[in-house]
Amino acid sequence: MNPSHTASWGILNRRDFPRLLDALRTQGYRIIGPTLQDGAVKWGDIATVDDFPVGWRDHQSPGHYRLERTESFRYFDIVHGAESFKPLTFAPRETLLVLERTHKTFVATPILPDPEPLAVLGVRACDLAGLAIQDRIFLHGPYADPYYRARRDRLFIIAVQCTRALDTCFCASMGTGPQATAGFDLALIEGDADFVVQTGSEEGARLAQHLSLHPVPPERLRQEEIRMAACAASQTRSIDQSALPRALYDAHDHERWDDVARRCLACTNCTMVCPTCFCHGVEEQPDLMWTRSERARVWDSCFTPDHGYIHGKNLRPTIKDRYRMWLTHKLAAWIDQFGMSGCVGCGRCLTWCPVGIDLTEEIKELIRSRQASGS
Amino acid sequence: MNMESAISPPMNPFVIHPAVIKEKRQEAPEIVTFRLQLEDPAIRKQFRFEPGQFNMVYAFGVGEVAISIVSDPDHPRELDHTIRIVGRTTDVIGRMQPGDRLGIRGPFGKGWPMEEAKGSDILIVTGGLGCAPVVGAIEYIFRRRENYGMMNILHGVKAPHDLLYRERFDAWRAHPRTHVWLTSDEPGKTWHYHVGVVTELFDRVQFDPNHTFVMMCGPEIMMRVASHLLSQRGLTPDRMYVSLERHMACGIGLCGHCQLGPYFICKDGPVMRLDRILPWLGKSGI
Amino acid sequence: MARPARSFRQGTKPRLAVMKFASCDGCQLSILNMEDELLSLGTVLDIAYFPEASSRRLAGPYDITFVEGSISMPEDVQRLADIRQRTTWLITIGACATAGGIQALRNWADAEEWKRAIYPHPDYIRSLSTSTPISEHVKVDFEVWGCPIDKRQLLRVLTDIIGGVRPRLPHHSVCLECKRQRQVCVLVAKGEPCLGPVTQTGCGAICPGMARACYGCFGPAEGPVAAPGAPPNTHALAQQFHRSLGLIPVEVIRRFRGINGYLQPFREESHAWESTEDTHNQG
Repeated sequence: MNPSHTASWGILNRRDFPRLLDALRTQGYRIIGPTLQDGAVKWGDIATVDDFPVGWRDHQSPGHYRLERTESFRYFDIVHGAESFKPLTFAPRETLLVLERTHKTFVATPILPDPEPLAVLGVRACDLAGLAIQDRIFLHGPYADPYYRARRDRLFIIAVQCTRALDTCFCASMGTGPQATAGFDLALIEGDADFVVQTGSEEGARLAQHLSLHPVPPERLRQEEIRMAACAASQTRSIDQSALPRALYDAHDHERWDDVARRCLACTNCTMVCPTCFCHGVEEQPDLMWTRSERARVWDSCFTPDHGYIHGKNLRPTIKDRYRMWLTHKLAAWIDQFGMSGCVGCGRCLTWCPVGIDLTEEIKELIRSRQASGS
Repeated sequence: MNMESAISPPMNPFVIHPAVIKEKRQEAPEIVTFRLQLEDPAIRKQFRFEPGQFNMVYAFGVGEVAISIVSDPDHPRELDHTIRIVGRTTDVIGRMQPGDRLGIRGPFGKGWPMEEAKGSDILIVTGGLGCAPVVGAIEYIFRRRENYGMMNILHGVKAPHDLLYRERFDAWRAHPRTHVWLTSDEPGKTWHYHVGVVTELFDRVQFDPNHTFVMMCGPEIMMRVASHLLSQRGLTPDRMYVSLERHMACGIGLCGHCQLGPYFICKDGPVMRLDRILPWLGKSGI
Repeated sequence: MARPARSFRQGTKPRLAVMKFASCDGCQLSILNMEDELLSLGTVLDIAYFPEASSRRLAGPYDITFVEGSISMPEDVQRLADIRQRTTWLITIGACATAGGIQALRNWADAEEWKRAIYPHPDYIRSLSTSTPISEHVKVDFEVWGCPIDKRQLLRVLTDIIGGVRPRLPHHSVCLECKRQRQVCVLVAKGEPCLGPVTQTGCGAICPGMARACYGCFGPAEGPVAAPGAPPNTHALAQQFHRSLGLIPVEVIRRFRGINGYLQPFREESHAWESTEDTHNQG
């Protein structure tokens, strides 16, 4: 993303929307976007505009996800799907190396992905915030990850601004949405008859030239700002970050951890759907003859029994230990590690928790008693 | 197309480099020291490390373990690693012989404050079996004895038979301006050193808190108690350093396993200044 | 559970035997299903005794013995003790051998009454009143779970043993693998009573991948006995089945009392729901 890019706006008529797909394909991009799969929305291939989930909207609440039919003809009524952006850049399973035995020694060959150029259409502000955090981890530390980089550098990102919040959304309180302000090549606001298109990079501006955009009246932009502000105001959940990270560090012995441990399954789902969770393990797979071995990186979670394992002992044997590790890292330690919260407020960990644990409620309880006790 | 502006070195930190076992020394039934030499001359030539840093040591087809480098940084062509056989991977490594190949990625992490400690007295405090990370620092100091002041090496074990490197302690004792203090929690017939926990030795050791650096390694709870008692003797936490251990899969701060509070032990440690890590040291469930 | 690994001498192939107790033979079929690897297996192993596959029957001792099936007949106990004496590695394969299997449902029933009700000549039936896992009778060196076992897991264990490495399989939940495969959660999106959150990985999350609920055929996550406060949290999941998905207690019991129902975490969960009123109405 070019920070020096000056944004420009234009109107794309609804009937011209397919032009966007044509322009992307002409540039050599495979296009993916939200598609209906297995009773939910997932990233899928977009061949024509009919592949978008037109006439569907999502209902999400803790532990619950359902799609419902609507009369709407909009393309982007579904806020977000089962997956975050994460698997597109940080693959759930990625071969790192192949090692082959030679006469006396062995040779290690890195297997770097060579992914095709990919345009992702329908990316939400929370997805972009998650992507920015993962960039910080995988690209801006002491070692840049070449596997992540290969998948990252191929992307063309088209955001869609949110004008409807789910019951589980709390991006406004995390300062990550509902309006995407950076991290995209193009951003769309879907109206009844058209899209407002905003450029976010030079590449985005070049592509926009193929779209025969019309000028946007200034009052239209103001209206859209109001719609997005209303979307933010409609969010009922929030996290008060003012006392973090300290307050959560201080809550290490809080009884609320015992309470949530009785409900938590330690199943790992929250960490899997989280757009920022980055823990991974390495699996080594030798062949039967022990002449060749493959090392693959796989998504791991702080809820697995191996995560806290050292010298024949598990540092975090109980569900309480593991939930506390997760929440304390996500909402507190992350700030010290990366200068930002590990939570973007997408609410996926609420929705996709099989028992509907709501981290906004947990953190409220964990911090509230501290204030009550005056410490 | 989005282009990230970060400059990454033209290297892949996940690539494993074969190293030949030049020597194997059995320190104890479950503890082995391997002398390794990287096979690729170009990589061998550019390899530099500091005492306290570690390598990810790899057994073909099995996996990697983080092992501190205990040999001298002035001789980086040969790298000594003392390995405790405690798990699936170290079990395989422990059975390897001279001529066999291991793999190396590294060096990673932050080492001991050898530069800052120059001119100061040194107090080494170790407990249990886990004193390999500090051995490199001790040997480093003895090879540059004139750069450092008084050396006090305190080592505690649970029972007399847990004492490893007995000869090494004797050799260290022979150096000028050096005291070695051994203690065992349990008494024993052949044990003619102190009986009690290692922190009891603090009362016997003479040191000037304003001119002493402390280097510690061992169980976190021991280091926590030790740091508390040393603070009472006037040592400030910014002059105390500890070496820590956590499960590591990547060694470079990406896999998330080695966290302790806000730190990644692989990149913020394994050697950390005490004042940074103290609130998390020995805390249960983290 | 795992003994220290031993490597086999250069040039000698470890001798493998496959033995069977009360079971459907499906796990033995999983061995035969390793079509791509069978040839290599033959070059690294001496398959000395495997009646399901070959008429070649070499006498023991063996280096590795796979044991399928549960202990359900009086004479099983002695035969198992003999097997144990003649092998270095005793590896149980499949839910029958590791958990007593589906036939362990008899452990909750009056087996004698069943015999009389089902068979015209119940006196011909020679069976114990319980079906129990192999580990209740002899020391087991490693367990490969599943109904049936997963051939990739079996191959993994064999590869490790041949290479002189202590075998190891993951103990986390099915959910982790389900999400790695980018599948949609059937519990959250469809309200299916999926046991994935409390079931051990290994199957490759097959059922959720087919939009079906996991029914726990790889047994309780994190092992056969749950430590205090540690996973699997069967109770929280059972509550969710009951309160949010509308399962009545007898349905909750049936979810947990399946192929691996005899293992402690699942067994105790099903017991906990037995005392409720609805059970008596519905059961």
